[in-house]
Amino acid sequence: MKLRDLAHARTGDKGNSSNISVIAHDPGDFAFLCEHVTADRVRAHFAGTVQGAVERYELPGLGALNFVLHDTLGGGVTRSLSLDAHGKSLSGCLLEMELPDPQRRPAR
Amino acid sequence: MHTVRIGSGAGYAGDRIEPAVELAERGDIAYLGFECLAERTIALAQQARLADPEGGYDPLLEARMRAVLPACARRRIRIVTNMGAANPIAAARATARIARDLGLAGLKIAAVTGDDVLEAVRDDEHRLLERDGTVADLGERVISANAYLGATPIVAALRGGADVVITGRVADPALFLAPLMHEFGWAEDDWDRMGKGTVVGHLLECAGQITGGYFADPGHKDVAGLARLGFPLAEVAADGSAVITKVPGSGGQVSLASCKEQLLYELHDPTRYLQPDVVADFSSVRLQADGADRVAVSGGSGAQRPDTLKVSVGYLDSFVGEGQISYAGPGALARGRLALDIVRERLALTGVQTTELRFDMIGWDAVHRGPSPEGPEPPEVRIRVAGRTETMAEAVRIGNEVETLYTNGPAGGGGAWKSARQVLAVVSTLIPRGEVTPTLTWETA
Repeated sequence: MKLRDLAHARTGDKGNSSNISVIAHDPGDFAFLCEHVTADRVRAHFAGTVQGAVERYELPGLGALNFVLHDTLGGGVTRSLSLDAHGKSLSGCLLEMELPDPQRRPAR
Repeated sequence: MHTVRIGSGAGYAGDRIEPAVELAERGDIAYLGFECLAERTIALAQQARLADPEGGYDPLLEARMRAVLPACARRRIRIVTNMGAANPIAAARATARIARDLGLAGLKIAAVTGDDVLEAVRDDEHRLLERDGTVADLGERVISANAYLGATPIVAALRGGADVVITGRVADPALFLAPLMHEFGWAEDDWDRMGKGTVVGHLLECAGQITGGYFADPGHKDVAGLARLGFPLAEVAADGSAVITKVPGSGGQVSLASCKEQLLYELHDPTRYLQPDVVADFSSVRLQADGADRVAVSGGSGAQRPDTLKVSVGYLDSFVGEGQISYAGPGALARGRLALDIVRERLALTGVQTTELRFDMIGWDAVHRGPSPEGPEPPEVRIRVAGRTETMAEAVRIGNEVETLYTNGPAGGGGAWKSARQVLAVVSTLIPRGEVTPTLTWETA
């Protein structure tokens, strides 16, 4: 099962940092996401892209996690050589993450 | 209960115009905000102003004002926008001229200035936030320095009777927070309401991003009517709670999912969203479905505003040269890799001086990050080489080396394209609040 089966995501940018929200389609899956979509896993998923720390903020009222990926945008939106200088496409890449429990029913 | 209806007419400088007209005509709104000033835009605008003293404001200001002013004047909708960019006073004059052209004599326009702090931050006291050094270290390469102003001068303009308020650099949520402070008489040290108003402003400031734009994922998150996406409006109550909705019949959707995504957009620590008006806390925000295309927003709070204001410093950083060319059919990926290898070798052989180089295959690994792509080879790839240089002449050579693949590279290379540009980059510093003095200038149509 991929993260995309349980959650949706959006990327924002500030300077050289990216933030990616991961939001459970079904708030009942929030605890599962907390357990399996850790800051370490996100950092490993984007190894080579994230040059700095990854922080995770939990928003249980929204059934959402907010990841902040530091030093990720090739020097920042205004000077990055990347085709996607804002890193807008990172959310889609994160949703590819494999989750370990194939028994779980996808929310949709 | 008294509520204020406030619409969002643009989420960036080049945004669609008709959704703003739709809001003005059919949104039953009292205020219409336009956020049009990305981080770098003001530095580009400053360059334009240096070339033309009457320039330096948003190039689309005229088109937007011509489109929305008739309906706004008829319905007494007040406009708040940062389209002034590097020259709010010239933007106000231009708006007055447009209003007169449209037969809207008497329209009152206020320009907010004071965000330009270039002279104040040029010394070696102002440390950069992103890296070591001070603004002074950037020397003559600095183009602009603009402090993020808060809502206070906009509130003063509204209190003074402005029909249109045009600013330069202000915090984006302040464009929406200010009308709420004015309508409800919120004190600027009422941190709880400043926080709640900032939540509303944050939800509105990217316009279509909360009504279904930047959201659709067919089969997972379907959105109808994106070609005529409606822009959002908020019905805000005096306690700072709000309903986010849009004009009935417009495209898109306002859903819990779209509102959650936008609430967290460009947020770091949700308990400490730093703004010139407040340190907002989004962690307690509650969202509830409230009927079709309606989401109720409550909660959120705030703490005392920072003593310093963030300053965006625009400077001439470097040059970037780029080239692209495409390959298709069996072996496209291998031919693309060969092409990249050739360009890499050519740049070394011919001594192109670069400080940073990037080699991508569009359709394979250019914007895709994470574990390496799996699955079958793509039917086509487009290679891309981008490099940073110290001069334009060196930057031009990068695209040229990609273009020469036409006749010197792998089989079947087509659609070559190249560019070279100067990079105007942005860094940040801080300035004590007391050193920044916002000023209002009035124009009457």
